Order: sequence, then structure tokens, then C-alpha cells
Amino acid sequence: MRRKLSKAKFGVIVFPGSNCDHDAYHSLKHLLCQDTKFLWHKESSIGDRNVIIVPGGFSYGDYLRCGAIARFSNIMKDVVRHANEGGTVIGICNGFQILCEAGLLPGALIRNINLKFVCKNVPLTIENKKNIFTALYNGTKEISLPVAHAEGNYLCDEDTLKSLEDYEQIVFRYKDNPNGSMANIAGIMNKKGNVLGMMPHPERACEEIVRGTDGRKLFESVIQSLN
Amino acid sequence: MYTAQIKITLRKSILDPQGKTVEHSVQSLGYRNIKNTRIGKYVELEIDASSQEEANRITDEICRKLLANPVMEDYTFQITEQSEAEVEQS
Repeated sequence: MRRKLSKAKFGVIVFPGSNCDHDAYHSLKHLLCQDTKFLWHKESSIGDRNVIIVPGGFSYGDYLRCGAIARFSNIMKDVVRHANEGGTVIGICNGFQILCEAGLLPGALIRNINLKFVCKNVPLTIENKKNIFTALYNGTKEISLPVAHAEGNYLCDEDTLKSLEDYEQIVFRYKDNPNGSMANIAGIMNKKGNVLGMMPHPERACEEIVRGTDGRKLFESVIQSLN
Repeated sequence: MYTAQIKITLRKSILDPQGKTVEHSVQSLGYRNIKNTRIGKYVELEIDASSQEEANRITDEICRKLLANPVMEDYTFQITEQSEAEVEQS
């Protein structure tokens, strides 16, 4: 069967201190065979890229607060523009923290409640499948993805939480909360449904050799939404 | 020249696990009369401003825009004018 040519053009942002940029690039380029490029944080434009990945890591050494410095980097201005125009943006781990700091997603991520760095595979429930990120998980209630973070404890005020629930913006919840996150939140999207932030790493679960392929469908859903 | 001394702490309503852990250690030293331990950040910076009010305004802006995240943190600051000797030294 011939593969339909994908219209997705992925851009993976690279900040000083990013360390999941290559995981994302590898999964998208070599496993999902997508047009994928790195975008250096000093660039002022995302160019022709239509899906932006803000990867995990320790951008700017996590100085001041996770994601606080990265949000002011040159490339983020264009990422914010892209998001405001309805373009797809996915923030993973440190990327989620950056999107919260940038105001593209509500709330913030604070230190894990037990103060420990958590690094393991965790079961997640998919709370919303009517969106461009999880549409292809039909029939799947639960998936397993790796987490690796010390600041993944999602926090927002009560009104924001109610709004997240009302507008079905909570995409993933932990089955067994590893970090103290409010309402077991593992991933949320914005109201428009074009910006996703999540602490677990779908890009690290795209081939059997890494003991899991549950992350694949997330990217396949995004690819399908553009074709 | 003014000096701004800025303190940033987790908002009162948010559990501070680092503070709690330190508090338990302090209590294990025998200081039972300790409570509400909070850990935060301290930032000091110098501002070349024309008046105390301007230094205040600039510091508040910097805190809101970058140094503190209002979702999780509160901040307080103090502005002091540097003496001539201090200005010369720097």
C-alpha cells in the first residue's frame, strides 16, 4: 500500500539544555517517516513548520523556574503567534512548563509533592478523544507512557480547574498520581484544542525496543488531522 | 542608584514540601516551637533610577513579568538608596 504523502511538517525546538529534542526528532523522522527539522531557539521564525514540538529537558538549566527563561527566547514569539492562529503546538515535560509560562496553557507545574525526581512508566487514562491529539486512540481507555521529572505537579486555581473540566481540556490523567498533580492531571490542552501540554513522554514510546509504542498514536492523530 | 532586595515564596495556600521537610529537621534538633517554615528565593539587583518611586515601579514590573509566577508565587521587595560610598565602590 502506498503511503499518502503527509502534510505535517514538524519543527522541534532546541533550547540550551533541551535533552528530549533528539528523542522527538528520531521518533518523528525515522519511525513515523515525517518531514522533521530542528529549530534553534535564536531563530525568529518557525518557517514552513506546521506542528511545533517544545521538547523536554532543562532549558536554561531550569534557572529561576522551569521554563521561565525559555519563554522569552526569540523563537517563542513565533510559536505564540502560530498557536494564536490555530497552529498545532505540543509541549512535552519541560515543554509543558514552557507553554504554561508563556501563557499558552493555564496553570503552572511545581515541585513533585514528595520532592523526588520520578522516572518510570505510568498508566494514564485518556479523558478526551475528540481532539487532534488523541483521535486515533479509539477503543483505548488506558495507555502507559514514561515520565521523568521533578516538577510535574500541576497546579491552578479552583476556577481554572472548573473551566478545564467544563471545556473538556483535560486530555490525560494519571491512574496512580506520581507527583501530587491537581485532579491527577497529566496533560491538558487549550480551549481551542490546538495546543497540548503533557508531562509524560509520548516521543519516548514509539518503538518496541524502548518497551512501549503507546505514544505513537498521539503523533499519528496529529498527522491525520492535517491530511 | 538603588538596591532592590526581592523575596519570592510559594503562595501561602500552596503546600511547600521543602519547607515542611526542613521544619521536621529543625524540630528533630529539639526546637519544638517552630512552625510554618517556607523556603523561597532571594534576588538582589541594582537599579539606576531617578527616584525611589521609579525604582519601585521597575522592580514591581520585573517581578510580575519574570521573577515570580503569580499562579504559584508571592513576592515582596525592599528598595534602598545606595550611599555615595557604595556607588563609588561599584
